[in-house]
Amino acid sequence: MASRRRKPAGKAQISLVVNGEPTEVAFSPHKTLLEVLREDLGLTGTKHGCELGECGTCTVLLDGQPVLSCLALALACDGKRVETVEGMARGAVLHPLQETFADLGAAQCGYCTPGFLLVAKALLEENPSPTRDQIKQALAGNLCRCTGYLKIYEAVELAAARMQGEEAEAKEETLYGRR
Amino acid sequence: MRKEPGSRYYVEGIEVPETPEPRSEQEQWTQTEYVGKPRPRVDAYERVSGSAVYPSDTYLPRMLYGAILRCPHPHAVVKGVDTSEAEKMPGVRTVISAFTPDDRATQPHSELIHTTLFSTRCRYEGETVAAVAAETPYQAWDAVRAIQVDYDVLPFVSDERRALDPDAPKVHDEGNQVAPTDTYERGDVAQGFAEADVVLEEIYRAECEIHTPMELHGCVAKWDGDSLTVWESTQGVYNIQAGLAGALGLPLSKVRVVGHYMGGGFGSKLQAGKYTIIAALLAKKAARPVKLTLTREETYLAVGNRPASNMRLKAGVKQDGTLTALEYVGSGASGGYQAGGTSLLDWLVRDLYTCPNVRTELTNIYVNAGPARPMRGPGHPQCAWALDQMMDALAEAIGMDPVELRLKNVPTVSQARGGSPYTTTGLKQCLEEGAAAFRWKETRAAIAREGNTNHLRRGVGMAGGLWAGGAGGPPSTVIIKLFSDGSVNLNMGASDIGTGTKTVMAMVAAEELSVDPDAIQIEHADTGTTQFATASGGSKTVPTEAPAVRAAALDVKRQLLDLAAGEMGVEASGLTLKDGKVVSIDDPSQEREITALRSLRRRRSITGVGYRGPNPQGKAVNPFAAQFCEVEVNTRTGEVKILRFLAAHDSGRVMNRLTYQNQVFGGITMGIGLAMTEARVLDGDQTGKMVNKNWHDYKLPTALDVPADMTCVPIELEDPEANSVGAKGLGEPATIPTAAAVANAVYHATGVRITNTPITPMRLAQALADARKGE
Repeated sequence: MASRRRKPAGKAQISLVVNGEPTEVAFSPHKTLLEVLREDLGLTGTKHGCELGECGTCTVLLDGQPVLSCLALALACDGKRVETVEGMARGAVLHPLQETFADLGAAQCGYCTPGFLLVAKALLEENPSPTRDQIKQALAGNLCRCTGYLKIYEAVELAAARMQGEEAEAKEETLYGRR
Repeated sequence: MRKEPGSRYYVEGIEVPETPEPRSEQEQWTQTEYVGKPRPRVDAYERVSGSAVYPSDTYLPRMLYGAILRCPHPHAVVKGVDTSEAEKMPGVRTVISAFTPDDRATQPHSELIHTTLFSTRCRYEGETVAAVAAETPYQAWDAVRAIQVDYDVLPFVSDERRALDPDAPKVHDEGNQVAPTDTYERGDVAQGFAEADVVLEEIYRAECEIHTPMELHGCVAKWDGDSLTVWESTQGVYNIQAGLAGALGLPLSKVRVVGHYMGGGFGSKLQAGKYTIIAALLAKKAARPVKLTLTREETYLAVGNRPASNMRLKAGVKQDGTLTALEYVGSGASGGYQAGGTSLLDWLVRDLYTCPNVRTELTNIYVNAGPARPMRGPGHPQCAWALDQMMDALAEAIGMDPVELRLKNVPTVSQARGGSPYTTTGLKQCLEEGAAAFRWKETRAAIAREGNTNHLRRGVGMAGGLWAGGAGGPPSTVIIKLFSDGSVNLNMGASDIGTGTKTVMAMVAAEELSVDPDAIQIEHADTGTTQFATASGGSKTVPTEAPAVRAAALDVKRQLLDLAAGEMGVEASGLTLKDGKVVSIDDPSQEREITALRSLRRRRSITGVGYRGPNPQGKAVNPFAAQFCEVEVNTRTGEVKILRFLAAHDSGRVMNRLTYQNQVFGGITMGIGLAMTEARVLDGDQTGKMVNKNWHDYKLPTALDVPADMTCVPIELEDPEANSVGAKGLGEPATIPTAAAVANAVYHATGVRITNTPITPMRLAQALADARKGE
């Protein structure tokens, strides 16, 4: 509450921990978390797909849980931890999921990718070795119009294996297909 | 050997001059170091890290937000627009409509679609009536709601099957048929049917689909004096430039369009939208940059669709599988304006299978709904839905394997083009190698052996395909700069719409210049700074741009070897490039690092120019395909589970194994959408409005709907005639046979043929119940 004392006129002010960084942000109180992230914090990696809660494109992690930022009122997020795609890499070193999405062609136009990455990250934090069906269930709320999802599952599986310490490489059939 | 240029090339219906012939002789590659290997996208880091800036991520200082008031009725006259309240609202900077004194607002917005920017007679739900620019999106939308419009609501027609009835409301005063019925005929159809042992006839329908790319349509427009810059989510920056310059009366040179990243288009982002021109007008009037991003609902209404298609097909076949006649009557919904309602809707009937007697007719019909636009293989998936289900039925009627029937009728020449030979026809290999890899015969035998009497029934189905485009062609110009440290800058106008265009082009340049593709910097998709390219669509980007890139690289290579020849005292013709070195072919010990070439260090860079040469005269260049799938149908619920898909594609040379597979799996998935879930629903009886203009009600395939088992089998035929890299298009072919293959598999499983997309559980359960009643 203390943080709201000196808020600019007509604006709300909240504290967030954005990608590990404590942040104060003032914004028009009707804004969604998606709008605050993109317009007030300059974090445009979180994409706007429908603003209707249908496509999962705007997914971010709120206290570690996947949330559709287009449906979350920013005011309701005071004091919470927000993780966006920009927070996944450590410096220029990509998160294993980002690596595998890149290497396997799981990102085509790339617009839905940040949402998928964050849902997958939350999944792997809860369940480090998910089955294919568990991956499909977890990702079923995110739409992709380019890839056909298969490369996305494979990327999640490969990242899961690497995060478990395996020296896993992409399967031959993932890169070349089965003949 | 290249033939003299003879054919003409068109961009948006306008003839364009050919670019000059490539200057160097270009033999096909025999061995490659980069081309054909799987390679992650060169811009993958940007795409997965959130650092790629899409047009919708463009935020400029002092930028305003635009919003468009759209007609809520399918058919109405706008008698007046009162913007006075809206103009007084906080944050509102500009309001425009057809009643604003600005001649640009009432001029035709395109040479192709004869409508004004703001309409006084609205012919579809979602037509533009007025627009606002305000300080925030919320203020803009509040102002849109405050605009008072006096509509005279007119009767509407939303179903093209009723639009030609004499008492149907007229979308245009001249009538609802867009143009005279287009007919095609070869041979004698009546004679063909007389010769047939079996004649079948069926009516098919494919429902209207919406592209729904993940990134919304939109742009940011900014004026600097009389120069306009637009960041647009587009498949072709030069198309947007031409559309804007034409509508605004500006020289092309004063319109810069930038589109580095974009979140999908599938044909709906080939042209300048009205929203682009509106954004530019708002920005001009407000003297501030304006961002105008459509809402998801607007993109369902107003930026195109794959039109609903009605197809009646009658086919004759002899007992030995010879097709004797095909008669095809198609119609499609153009929408409220002249658009490709029946574009290429008969092409497969005319061209895919050998048949001497063919008659087709196509009728393009106005309805009060959003105009059609090309969508991934315009006309083809619908035509395949009819033709390849018919082939399946014919095969059953004569007791022949469906693959065998198609093999019996593989064409060697393009019948639709008066018998021009194809440079390569991989259909036979697609069918044979695809069937073998799928274990087609074995699976059918196993299903027959095990019986299919349980309520969960398995079935397999397949379909063939070709794409009328996919050849590519001029014009295209590419510039490559080689710096004195051996690194390379590639400059091309083409957009990378997510297919991996930049990556493939870097691989082509790397192949010729023997540099790591990662050392290549790419400038692309910017009319201000990059060379002319046609839009990325029609599965022509690789066959159009790759030869131009190769020619530019060869131009650089020739100049570089000339420089080295002087310094090394060896004939240039005896030199080649390897791993950053100039090497003598005869004596590999004679080599010099590119960085050690004194003359290059003095010059600092070498610039090469490459052009796309003409296509071979008198030949057809087309990609071919065959797809196979296995389904499990729950006959109690009508649910269909797609267990596996296999796609065999002849698209010539595989340029990048990874992005090739991406195209195929993505194409199959879009085809599954057509087969299983996607359909625009209009409330034709009462309001005429679209009732499923969102992703909740308009269903795309999700992660749960696609088979985990998808296989891509490239049929890599050498095609030295097609172009200098031997590649044909792939993106559209991958979605053409899919839906028909699914329908055939469902029939194989159940004995019930669904002729109307999509195969929803309700539709299939009803058909199964009807079939049981009939038994």
